[in-house]
Amino acid sequence: MSKLNKKTIIVLLLIVAVIAMVPLFTLKGAEFGGSDDAGSQAISEITGTDYQPWFTPVLETWIGGKLPGEVESLMFSLQTGLGAGVLFFFLGRYVERNKWQKKMRNKEEESPDSMN
Amino acid sequence: MKLREKRIVTLVAAFAFAFGVYPVANAMHIMEGYLPAEYCIVWGIICLPFLVIGYFSIKKTVLQNRKSITLIAMVGAYIFIISSLKIPSVTGSCSHMTGTGLGAILFGPTAVSILGLIVLIFQAILLAHGGLTTLGANTFSMAIAGPLVSYGMYILCKKVKANKRVGIFLAASIGDLFTYCVTSFQLAVAYPSDNGGIAASFLKFLGVFAPTQIPLAIIEGILTVVIMIMLESYATSELIDIGYMKGEINNVKVK
Repeated sequence: MSKLNKKTIIVLLLIVAVIAMVPLFTLKGAEFGGSDDAGSQAISEITGTDYQPWFTPVLETWIGGKLPGEVESLMFSLQTGLGAGVLFFFLGRYVERNKWQKKMRNKEEESPDSMN
Repeated sequence: MKLREKRIVTLVAAFAFAFGVYPVANAMHIMEGYLPAEYCIVWGIICLPFLVIGYFSIKKTVLQNRKSITLIAMVGAYIFIISSLKIPSVTGSCSHMTGTGLGAILFGPTAVSILGLIVLIFQAILLAHGGLTTLGANTFSMAIAGPLVSYGMYILCKKVKANKRVGIFLAASIGDLFTYCVTSFQLAVAYPSDNGGIAASFLKFLGVFAPTQIPLAIIEGILTVVIMIMLESYATSELIDIGYMKGEINNVKVK
């Protein structure tokens, strides 16, 4: 990867971190609930009654209650972990392959005659 | 597409058209049980033709080049990561991104529908996030409508010869935003407001989702650009194989 690209990536990731963290510091005391929940509140406001979902998530039916917050975050991390594992496993292979190919090319250029 | 595949697609499309249009009045993830049953079914049926085309599209890509299966897995994994990150936003609530833009740019919008569906099923069953009853609606917004807009945006930017990274950024972030517009629409159609009808409630739902989503859409755009830079540097030959770098091959050092 070229030096310029590396720099670009670092700068871009810094921007991402800033965008993601700024609300935490500026909006002190905000709840940071899910916007899904805000959506269901809006439904209640429109229909005028407390909306009762007509179907509960299968997992909550199986365990017979609400999914505990900690377990939910475990599941979310599991999802992130699975994704990151697969993505960066293959990316790592590509990086190694590039290194290896470069080495082969250099060798060929150094001693083109010794191949025969 | 082969003749047989075309026939199946036409059949399913006709089916969707016949059943999907009738309720004139008619999703982020719409939560389990929050959409009346008839809408769940309608959105599910509307998704079918896209999923079928998507399946054939992935099959074709893999048949043409078996190695591209790695890239497909990576794109799916990217959706897994991105859609699991709940990020605080300026409105004081959290939301998460879709991650479908990357796939749409690389493999076209329909192929992503399958990958998005997998993620949504995972979340609906194991995370109690989204839902099985609302799976159709959520698939349509996140895995079909969003990617379609992303793809269109990317092609448009390519046509006007905008900087490629700007194109990728716009494609991913606008696709992300559009997903939430569709969600608002889906909710609005199901819950029209007493005064003002669908339009009023559409604006209301949009007011809930959009401000939260705008910063996240920007983040998604940036992250997609980052991943694309990495892929372009390290997976050049794969990208050429799937036709992504068409017209730029001359610029790539082929040694």
